[in-house]
Amino acid sequence: MSVDQPIGEDDLNAFVDGRLGPERHALVSRFLSENPQLGERVAADIAVRNTLRDSLQFKAAEPIPARLRIANLAVERHASRPHWLRVAAAALLFALGGLGGWFAHARFAATSVAQRETRVAAEALSAHRVFTAETVHPVEVAAAQEAHLVQWLSRRLNHPLKAPDLSAQGFHLMGGRLLPAGSGAAAQLMYQDDGGARLTLYLRADGEAGTAFRFVQGQNASAFTWSEDGFGYAIAAQVDRTQLLNIAESVYQQSKVSEEPKKPPPT
Amino acid sequence: MDEIAAILEPHIPGLRRYAWALLRDREAADDLVQDCLEHALAGWHMRRRDGNPKAWLFTILRNLHISELRRRSRRGTRADVEEADSAEAFQDADPERRLIFRECLAALDCLSEEQKSILLLVGVEDLSYADMAKALDIPIGTVMSRLSRARERFRQAMETGSAPQLRRVK
Repeated sequence: MSVDQPIGEDDLNAFVDGRLGPERHALVSRFLSENPQLGERVAADIAVRNTLRDSLQFKAAEPIPARLRIANLAVERHASRPHWLRVAAAALLFALGGLGGWFAHARFAATSVAQRETRVAAEALSAHRVFTAETVHPVEVAAAQEAHLVQWLSRRLNHPLKAPDLSAQGFHLMGGRLLPAGSGAAAQLMYQDDGGARLTLYLRADGEAGTAFRFVQGQNASAFTWSEDGFGYAIAAQVDRTQLLNIAESVYQQSKVSEEPKKPPPT
Repeated sequence: MDEIAAILEPHIPGLRRYAWALLRDREAADDLVQDCLEHALAGWHMRRRDGNPKAWLFTILRNLHISELRRRSRRGTRADVEEADSAEAFQDADPERRLIFRECLAALDCLSEEQKSILLLVGVEDLSYADMAKALDIPIGTVMSRLSRARERFRQAMETGSAPQLRRVK
């Protein structure tokens, strides 16, 4: 480009991006027609820019998944522990890893939160599939003995549990059972609505301080999983995502209330 | 919270498109967007009042992507970017469109991360040159020369087609 031509790289880029004012655009346009080689290059840049835009447009046209809705993220963020607590927990785990040798540490590092959550989801979905199909013995201890059921599962999982009330969502408690999960135990609570649709809540220790809601689509049912205070939760059912999220939020809120009984009421 | 949602949500489709263009994996891309939004919510009070939220969000997403790339290369594992997901996106399109789509993605892969991001953020997400300069933390003149270079590389990759290695053998 010669010095007496006041057209520079910024003009050419803005021309390709369609960001020039009409006067400048006309000027650059004329310049390009006088320099056909450059004109050809710029035309090609415009063409490939359009192709790239067209090729990726489908992604922006998709509806926003529920898990990326700000309201859903905000619910979770409210619940998460303070950052320094997580750091302290990580430091403690690291120290324990040191004590237990590098194997323990490497294993911890190799299993990300997402992987552990997926494992909880996979266990929950497979337990859901097996036991919701059961007509004779869907549960080990029926809801008629709810107090006993809750006490028993709390003792076996070494964590105070509570069977959430999902009647607002149309589901009532059928009962629950104890399940093996890795080296520990897991609990499954089963609910049913008036139409006979079943929903399960799966709980087990997972050592996570707190994570966001994650949606997992299984073959027959879908699940929302999350962690809170070292406990992993998964709610599985054959309902749509919005309805399932609504149920998951209700379970989450109720578990918070039961864990903080001493919190003074807002004044 | 509704106010925050009203500011952030209009950018989610664009963030998903940028994340997908970088990762080509539906789930991984949405994980990245989720991570970005969680960071944005956590740092909401720290954002610049005068700044534009769009540029701020895309910068967060890109920084998370870069640190993930670094972590991955340190661990020595390769990004598992499968074409299966990309193909699914254009399953219903006619063969010619599908071919263009594939060539376009292949050409994008010939670019460095920074070139990819400049091309995508300016050319597709319509970030201003000034915002791009802030996002990359470089002067606007440097944005211009890097954008030209990215365009040139992308254009050449598109012109050579998606299989330059095969061409060389021939």
